[in-house]
Amino acid sequence: MGSLQSSPSHPDYVDLAEKTGFSLEQISILHKRFKQLSHNEDKLRREHLDQITDLQANPIREQIVEAFFDKRNFYQDIEEPVNEINFENFLEVMSNFRPPSDNLSEEQLVKVRKEKLRFLFNMHDTDKDGTITLEEYRHVVEELLSYYEALENETARGIADAAMLEVASITRGHMEPDEFYEGITFEHFLKLLEGFEIESRMSIRFMNMDTTTLCKLECRSE
Amino acid sequence: MAGLGSGTSPRLAGFVSLSLLVFVAVISASPDNVDGANETLRRPSGDSLEDSHHHPRNSTEHRKAFPVLAFNYEHVSKPFVISLWILLALLMKLGFHLIPRVSHVVPESCLLIFVGLLVGGVIKAMNQTPPVLDTKLFFLYLLPPIILDAGYFLPIRAFTENMGTILVFAVVGTLWNAFFIGGMMFAVCQIEAAQVGHVDLLSCLLFGSIISAVDPVAVLAVFEEIHINELLHILVFGESLLNDAVTVVLYHLFEEFAHEGTVTVGDALLGVVSFFVVSVGGIMVGVIFGILGAFTSRFTSHSRVIEPLFVFLYSYMAYLSAEVFHLSGIMSLIACGVIMRPYVEANISHKSYTTIKYFLKMWSSVSETLIFIFLGVSTVEGPHNWNWIFVIFTLILCLLSRVLGVVGLTFIINKFRIIKLTKKDQFIVAYGGLRGAIAFSLGFLLTDTEKKDMFLTAIITVIFFTVFVQGMTIRPLVELLAVKKKKESKASINEEIHTQFLDHLLTGIEDICGHYGHHHWKDKLNRFNKTYVKKWLIAGDRSTEPQLISFYNKMEMKEAMMLVESGSAAKLPSLASTASLQNAQQRAPPKQRAIPSISKTREQEIRKMLRANLQKTRQRLRSYSRHDLFSDPFEDNMSEIRFRKQRVQMERRMSHYLTVPANRQETPSVRKVWFEPEHKVYTYDESESPRDGAAPETSPDSVSLLSESSQRPGQSSRMKKRGDAEQGARAPDNQEEQQKLSRCFSDPGPKEEEEGEG
Repeated sequence: MGSLQSSPSHPDYVDLAEKTGFSLEQISILHKRFKQLSHNEDKLRREHLDQITDLQANPIREQIVEAFFDKRNFYQDIEEPVNEINFENFLEVMSNFRPPSDNLSEEQLVKVRKEKLRFLFNMHDTDKDGTITLEEYRHVVEELLSYYEALENETARGIADAAMLEVASITRGHMEPDEFYEGITFEHFLKLLEGFEIESRMSIRFMNMDTTTLCKLECRSE
Repeated sequence: MAGLGSGTSPRLAGFVSLSLLVFVAVISASPDNVDGANETLRRPSGDSLEDSHHHPRNSTEHRKAFPVLAFNYEHVSKPFVISLWILLALLMKLGFHLIPRVSHVVPESCLLIFVGLLVGGVIKAMNQTPPVLDTKLFFLYLLPPIILDAGYFLPIRAFTENMGTILVFAVVGTLWNAFFIGGMMFAVCQIEAAQVGHVDLLSCLLFGSIISAVDPVAVLAVFEEIHINELLHILVFGESLLNDAVTVVLYHLFEEFAHEGTVTVGDALLGVVSFFVVSVGGIMVGVIFGILGAFTSRFTSHSRVIEPLFVFLYSYMAYLSAEVFHLSGIMSLIACGVIMRPYVEANISHKSYTTIKYFLKMWSSVSETLIFIFLGVSTVEGPHNWNWIFVIFTLILCLLSRVLGVVGLTFIINKFRIIKLTKKDQFIVAYGGLRGAIAFSLGFLLTDTEKKDMFLTAIITVIFFTVFVQGMTIRPLVELLAVKKKKESKASINEEIHTQFLDHLLTGIEDICGHYGHHHWKDKLNRFNKTYVKKWLIAGDRSTEPQLISFYNKMEMKEAMMLVESGSAAKLPSLASTASLQNAQQRAPPKQRAIPSISKTREQEIRKMLRANLQKTRQRLRSYSRHDLFSDPFEDNMSEIRFRKQRVQMERRMSHYLTVPANRQETPSVRKVWFEPEHKVYTYDESESPRDGAAPETSPDSVSLLSESSQRPGQSSRMKKRGDAEQGARAPDNQEEQQKLSRCFSDPGPKEEEEGEG
């Protein structure tokens, strides 16, 4: 069981709550989980996340883990490469999955939507150059399809191609035969997933009650 | 002039059909009396008739001329009457849509009830006995098709995401309604002025339980026409389906108790246990039959024609089996349809799929029409006991309890929901709580005649009020409140990719957070399904196909279809296009494949899976709409203008990005695409035909898709007759064509129509 001796004191919690928007109970629960995962250390590393057994079956686990160590997702600037993160960074990444609070104005909703889509975009854009190229998109599709073993790469490529085609048609419309499409920029990505209602779909319920004790402590069993 | 003509003819048609309906109703009513008279007449004269019958044989033959033309109505009276009723009900349905103004304002259910009232009135005026909505007829024949249609095409994703909310509304909401109405009515009955002091508490509670349930038939009939967003639709509709268990239990419970007169605590506890037994038992029965149906469909590859029958029969058996044990038949039917569907559809042929879809829609449409008409007729007929206070208070209390229930429950539910229900949503949910024929039939089942009449009158009043007033006003209210309408889903492949991506992402985040939430369990279920269940229930290699593939194939097919139909003249400069995509590859110059051309194997694989799974994603899109079978984007997009526009776009896009080295070799494993030759709309530019065998690289994607199946050159020319299409008016044909193209399992049809698997 993770002990809380080295937990940040409550003023820090309040600070974090303000920055990320979680409630104090949620922060303390997530902190507990952070400690579980990191074996009571202050910093979380990739190996810690890799130990979660349930995550092994996930086809996009690489990207999920990478998202936690992606400096673009942090508020402060950290120099690359990021190999370990502290609790604050952990919370920052998690805050992308918070459901939008009620009574948000239209602009705030748009802002929330943009942030979530930014997170998704960063997940796809693995070489961090600001555009999702055909190769990167293909990689995404291949990983999604790797869930089902009996597939060839060709099929995945075809799907990714068709998807890029669609993006191009939505964003660029008519193109001359000698133009080419470099990749999906963030603006195109926004336009692409306009009707997707990402603010409600990309949310999980963060518990206000501590249920981590009820869950299997996978990282301890390794 | 023309306007006048078109204006009068619908009305004329309406009048004609109405008069026909009345006429037939009279005929159907009268033989019941005539038959009785004939019976009595015939018996005493039976002997003499027999004698006189024998005599001619013994005596001279010219006694009676051979009857060239005879009138023997009694022989066919029953099926004749039934068929006529159904036929005229459907003619009425047709008639309504010819009168556009009315059908926009008044929902169809109201019109049908109105017609029923008219017919009933006419029959009564002639002192005949009209047919009544017999409970057995309703529950065994009229209700199952509607429920099966609803359950089979239930949008699973929306349903499971909102399952908690739906269950709370269905169970707790209905219980609240029943007890509130029952209790308050008992209080009302104590009022001296009402003169209904003889109604005891248990009878009131029984009445409350009958009237409290939201009716799926009425909800479907009204909500389908207003096209609100999926969330509200599934909330109200799901509630109407799942509250059947509660209704069944409460009804039987109170009926038993009303006879006993007293209730003990033990009885109440038994009631609670009974609820679980009824609901879970019903679901189990449905699941068993669903699995049986799925398993059976695995072996039907050689008898495709009877495939739809398996689906119908297994579902009906599930319903009947549940009814045998007094379990919830509706939940059983829903469970059976939901379980059976993914596996059956992976196994059956395209034609069977279409047959199932159309038959279900057809039967449920007929059922619904008949139910509403009979409701009208029964209203006129039934013995009424109008008690002002009772009826008025029932109405008020129904509305009040519904509003209170919804508001109160939403307050609690919103604490657990991510997407909260707004006040507008709550209003629609409350307002959409329509009562319908189930309440009437349950009331009809009551045995205590004295109270039964009064109850029936009140029930009918509530039904009329909800269907007429609420049904008619809900559409303007939806407009007024600017409730979100059904999203015109564009079915973009990017959205599909991201839907799946999000599923996995959220599951992963839940795992990292360490709490087993909604996504975690869904993921576990999917994995279990993939590894174990699919292997058993799906034939062959289709068990390993992912959803994304099917979606992509659908897109490709759709675009290819459009390209095909919009013109074979789309000769894409494929050679020139390779350069453009090479540009797109600039970032990573050293590439084995500079051109992302679709290689032959991939193409075949895609097409194989395409034909295998196209319909799965197609029917995911709003196929639960009763009246519009043509409401998914495929058919929507087939309008002429969009055709032309998209044709141009498609040509450009295809030429830019995807080239198809359309060398066609024989590959026995590929299932072939074949078109019915009777679609003469497809003419083909004859100049194209020689090209196919020789230099295929200039042929566009679509033609390659079509003719990839034409392995033998002799048949290729026949295949080629699919080039051009006249758009616009051919939209339904296109859609059919698409269906055929899309899903072409080996139907062992006649040889010139299709080829079986190679």
